[in-house]
Amino acid sequence: MEPTVQQFPPFRVGAAHPAHDDHGQHEHHEPNFWQKYIFSTDHKVIGIQYGFMALCFMLFGFFLMMLMRWQIAHPGVAVPLIGPLLEKILGAPAAGGAISPDLYNSFGAMHGTIMVFLGVVPLAFAAFGNYVVPLMIGAPDMTFPRINMASFHAFFLGGVVMLVSFFIPGGAAQAGWTSYSPLASTIPTNGQAFWLVGMVLLITSSLLGAVNFIATIIQLRAPGMTWMRLPFFVWAQFVTAFILLLAFPPLEAAGVLQLMDNVAHTSFFLPTGLAVGGQLADRSGGGSPLLWQHLFWFLGHPEVYVLILPAMGIVAEVIANNTRKPLWGYKSLVYSALFVGFLSFIVWAHHMYLTGMGQKIATFFQTTTMIISVPSVIILTCMFLSLWGGSIRINTPMLFALGFLPMFGIGGLTGLPLGLAASDLYLHDTYYVIAHFHYVVAPGTIFALFAGVYFWFPKMTGRRMNEFWGRVHFWCSFVFMNLVFMPMFAQGIKGMLRRMSDGAVNYSAARVPNAIDTLPGTVMELNTWILWAAIALGIAQIPFIVNLFWSIGHGDKVENDNPWGATTLDWQTPTPPPHGNFAHEPHVVRGPYEYSAPGHASDFTPQNESAENRNAESEKRKDEAPH
Amino acid sequence: MEIPYTVQNRPDTGIYNAKLGIWLFLASEVMLFGGLFSAYILLRVGAEPGMWPHGWLNVTLGTVNTLLLALSAITTLLAWAACKVRDFTKFKIFHACTILLALTFLGIKSYEYRDKLIHYEIALASGKFADGHLVEKSADFNLAKKTGTVTLHGRIVEDEKELMDLRSPAAQSAKLDEVTIAAADIKKMENYGPKHNTFTAIYFTLTGLHALHILGGTLVIFYFWAFGGAMWKKDPERFTNRIEVSGLFWHFVDLVWIFLFPVLYLT
Repeated sequence: MEPTVQQFPPFRVGAAHPAHDDHGQHEHHEPNFWQKYIFSTDHKVIGIQYGFMALCFMLFGFFLMMLMRWQIAHPGVAVPLIGPLLEKILGAPAAGGAISPDLYNSFGAMHGTIMVFLGVVPLAFAAFGNYVVPLMIGAPDMTFPRINMASFHAFFLGGVVMLVSFFIPGGAAQAGWTSYSPLASTIPTNGQAFWLVGMVLLITSSLLGAVNFIATIIQLRAPGMTWMRLPFFVWAQFVTAFILLLAFPPLEAAGVLQLMDNVAHTSFFLPTGLAVGGQLADRSGGGSPLLWQHLFWFLGHPEVYVLILPAMGIVAEVIANNTRKPLWGYKSLVYSALFVGFLSFIVWAHHMYLTGMGQKIATFFQTTTMIISVPSVIILTCMFLSLWGGSIRINTPMLFALGFLPMFGIGGLTGLPLGLAASDLYLHDTYYVIAHFHYVVAPGTIFALFAGVYFWFPKMTGRRMNEFWGRVHFWCSFVFMNLVFMPMFAQGIKGMLRRMSDGAVNYSAARVPNAIDTLPGTVMELNTWILWAAIALGIAQIPFIVNLFWSIGHGDKVENDNPWGATTLDWQTPTPPPHGNFAHEPHVVRGPYEYSAPGHASDFTPQNESAENRNAESEKRKDEAPH
Repeated sequence: MEIPYTVQNRPDTGIYNAKLGIWLFLASEVMLFGGLFSAYILLRVGAEPGMWPHGWLNVTLGTVNTLLLALSAITTLLAWAACKVRDFTKFKIFHACTILLALTFLGIKSYEYRDKLIHYEIALASGKFADGHLVEKSADFNLAKKTGTVTLHGRIVEDEKELMDLRSPAAQSAKLDEVTIAAADIKKMENYGPKHNTFTAIYFTLTGLHALHILGGTLVIFYFWAFGGAMWKKDPERFTNRIEVSGLFWHFVDLVWIFLFPVLYLT
């Protein structure tokens, strides 16, 4: 049946204004390639654009990580296979095909930046949010479609600037994804300026996106879609958007100041008497390196929840759908998400215990940090309890969602020692921290994102991804992900420092042999193990990539518009949803998770299913619309 | 496909889309300038005793600029009110005033910037400091080759700290003269640009970012002023909303200046 987009009912007065005629004419033209895929204002196309770019960037960030792991396991040894290529592209920093310490530093900085700002956030927030949120709330599009397009273009430009910085003299930024000053202003490369300009573009992009998301969720909910009928995914995106809206600007401010430091040679973050290379720097001084850290982490910590909340939203949807029962504690989930969003603004200095802050300040931030773990645990507990008594369907999205739960649990619980100053002082600069936050983001968030890809793929394309290869992808990823990150806890506890380009070889050798605090040989051997696990993890992604592209044209066709038997509105649209999304404006009459409601023939009741349209369905009067 | 509530208020939220959008955007702007003002506070609190400048900026010009923006806030409001009563001619007049006031503001701001950029502090080989506005450099003036002379309109002081508080009685009573200095006597010569010290750095950054906002706001208002006629004829209510939304942004930019003025000029 050809989907028809109807005029909305008359109470939406705003829809009927004179500009409408022009627009109506356009709709009859078949848009050309540029209009359809590059300058599209359709939230679904923009969501897919974001998703595609973000997956590419994630793959690129993953390759940077593989190169770093090679260097850690075999310091100074030429990279096999692609070593000569590296030397050809990057020149001196990759002399002889080996990774120099400077190059290692820029790979480290860019791996973090790309994974966080160009990979996970765009995928979790911009891609899934753009595609799914308007569908879930019954809206025809985002509130500001052209701003939405501008948001993607700013993101794209930001990504280009970041990538270009690899090829400038001196190479990309080397001061870590946190770009601490004065290091960031004294390394002799313009890569940092590129990084800052790129970040300003990415922040602009997320600002435009955040305004759009919030306005859409407030303004464009379909009739009957009250706040407590919003699916948890929408709530998660709503809180995320607020975090992005309010936490990113201070980093933008910091970025502008550091750009001034690097370009106009001011001293916002440079202390008096700064010496560079044994020489007193030609700077006025008087700045504060701590100021950068405060401004950075004021974004940096809320950013963690930007990474995790959309993931929790996805997992909630997948779990409710595949346990065939309502989410346990919907209201607790919603209030916890709101509380997490609020608290995330007042925990940032737990990243800064090592700066020698006073006990009183440290106590405040330890307290808030311990408090924020409470709503996080509530969310996770609700999801675990949702499994209880469900008739669980195991499929690829559900496997990834189930994988998320313990992995995020490990990531979260290992964060507690880092939230307490006493234990953090020891652990802070070790691999323990790397293991901790990667458990949160990699097998945590990224698993949830995989769940989302497998889950919404049928809606986007009308076909399912291959189930067998999906399971292969899950089990291999699950095993190798743990083999990569679990050993790092051990390395960190044994005292192996992070950010060392030689994998701690010199550090270990410099210490007294057989003394209690020496890094044992087993710790160093783990570097080799991790390298092989990382390579295996990379190979495990091949089934996913092939499956993703192959299934677009060759996957099993879905039997109907709602192949998972889901209740939320995103599944009550034609497949794939046309421009304008809904054939008829949905009228919401119930909550988001009415699965297995007693007295119903089917085990799910869509949010917009009322007595009338159920009858209409059963009588198959598809040709006659009630309006 | 039409997006609902682009012009009319949504009944249950009582607001139309763009107005909500601009308020959200302004919330984010508050955090942006909040971050910058926090930076100002930390830098000032962390400054060495006696090394934070006072009285470096021209209060008269700052006051004039404050009044200009305050007036432009009024004309912006009146322009919107004119749209509300469907009087396009008045709208044109009021927003013409807004644009002129904004351009005058930017003109004065540029003059102030120029004044700082031709203001030099010269560390002399003798350990003293010459400070003043550039009058002229001799034709063969070259710092690297140590040839020629530079003439400033200002004074020579014993200690750099004397240059910090220009409101102190000593600085107020100091006589300014033309002083000529040979390049050979110069240890370091630097104008009052952003890199001079943390005060000029934050001054240029804060006011520069604010000036960019003024410029952006002026461009948007000018666009509606010059090319808004077509939409006015077709859909006056939508046009009025645009004027309201751009006005909200303009008021915010004015408000930022209301904070910048005392923080930078008066303290």
